[in-house]
Amino acid sequence: MKPARFRYARADSLAEATALLAAAPGDAKLLAGGQSLVPMLNMRLVRPAVLVDVNGLRELTGITPLPDGGLRLGALTRHAELAGSPLVRERAPLLAEAARHVGHAAIRNQGTLGGSVAHADPAAELPAALLALDARVHITGPRGAREVAADAFFRGLLTTALEPDEILTAIEVPVPPPSWGFVEIARRPGDFALAGVAVTVGSHPLPLPAPSRAREGAVRLVGFGIGDRPIRLIRAERIVAGGRVDAETAARAGAAAGADCDPPGDVHGSAEFRRHLASVLVERALLQMSARLAGRAR
Amino acid sequence: MTTPSERVTVRCTVNGRPGAHVVEARRSLADFLREDLGLTGTHVGCEHGVCGACTVLVDGRSARSCLLFAAQLDGRAVTTIEGLTPAEGLSPLQESFRVCHAMQCGFCTPGMIVTVTALLAEEPAPSTETIREAISGNLCMCTGYVNIVRAVEQAVAARPAEARA
Repeated sequence: MKPARFRYARADSLAEATALLAAAPGDAKLLAGGQSLVPMLNMRLVRPAVLVDVNGLRELTGITPLPDGGLRLGALTRHAELAGSPLVRERAPLLAEAARHVGHAAIRNQGTLGGSVAHADPAAELPAALLALDARVHITGPRGAREVAADAFFRGLLTTALEPDEILTAIEVPVPPPSWGFVEIARRPGDFALAGVAVTVGSHPLPLPAPSRAREGAVRLVGFGIGDRPIRLIRAERIVAGGRVDAETAARAGAAAGADCDPPGDVHGSAEFRRHLASVLVERALLQMSARLAGRAR
Repeated sequence: MTTPSERVTVRCTVNGRPGAHVVEARRSLADFLREDLGLTGTHVGCEHGVCGACTVLVDGRSARSCLLFAAQLDGRAVTTIEGLTPAEGLSPLQESFRVCHAMQCGFCTPGMIVTVTALLAEEPAPSTETIREAISGNLCMCTGYVNIVRAVEQAVAARPAEARA
């Protein structure tokens, strides 16, 4: 199981990486951590003519605090850095927790935030966490730089708003939500989740910088492994809107989520089992979020 | 602009030995170690990052050598099972594997030793649960996990107290 032949180039700058992609239209792939791309190359599921290695691009590194209380995360941030960084734990604890669940240590040492988001595996933890956090994806390409809200970024199975000639450069997460929850079920630690849920409840005393930012009491509830992409569970969100969660509302939200999702079935778990998990995990994630909020209020 | 090429020059250090190599772009680090350098202690199982048999250290941190290309190793340092083995005899961790009979066919053993070495560098006195989680990405097709966990626990217990702090 060896990859087909390809040509390799080590980019020294973002401008060079963009030019290298443009020079092989539709036939070049970026190589960052490679933890999803290389298995696909080895199995010859993808056969790009050119691999552009972006691991040396300093423009894509760094975890930077933003003046509004948010965080800018370079696309090359490794999962192990996300899980271990005191700054991420303080300002985006949901993201740090999600990163801890990605693969095994050897995978987390190499795999990157940008890679995971651009790959957009429907069972991946980080895309779901970013959707729950209302993060923004920064992109650059031959037509200039742009940013896309997580809500508009994930389009379908392994499909995103990123064009083939564009590069995901960074992720910005807003001010940390007052509370959050994250739960997943996998066969073994490190396996892709059979199903998982990430949730945040918003509230912020300052004037909000953008209309899309979390509003007072707004709950963002996201399921992963239960559809073709990370899925907002809108009806369940409405049931717990305002952030008042108790055992009864959590159970009702769980039931709504289970009824609304359309999970895939495979050898690891039937669609019906995943639907059941979605329901139970929504309930657990909401109660976790509620307990965390109560802990903080004390 | 760099021109993409099917052959790449790589300057890297393997088990403390620096060298310059010209490799095919699609050469995996695992095949580079085994075929080009003759370091056959790194085993190749699944070739898609699932079995952990090919785990090595890159700049001191664990990595699947089937999921890295040798071309990416420029300026980096790789340590394989050969690099973790003393010139004579066994390392304390290897000795503990031997004493606890923590191998049956032995295919997964180099990957296990490398993975546990990385674990103990970060967490000198891991709990049983932490050990089990750390090796959960390394498949033992003989299912000999009980003795592997025991060997790690014994290696930790056998260390002087200051090394476990």
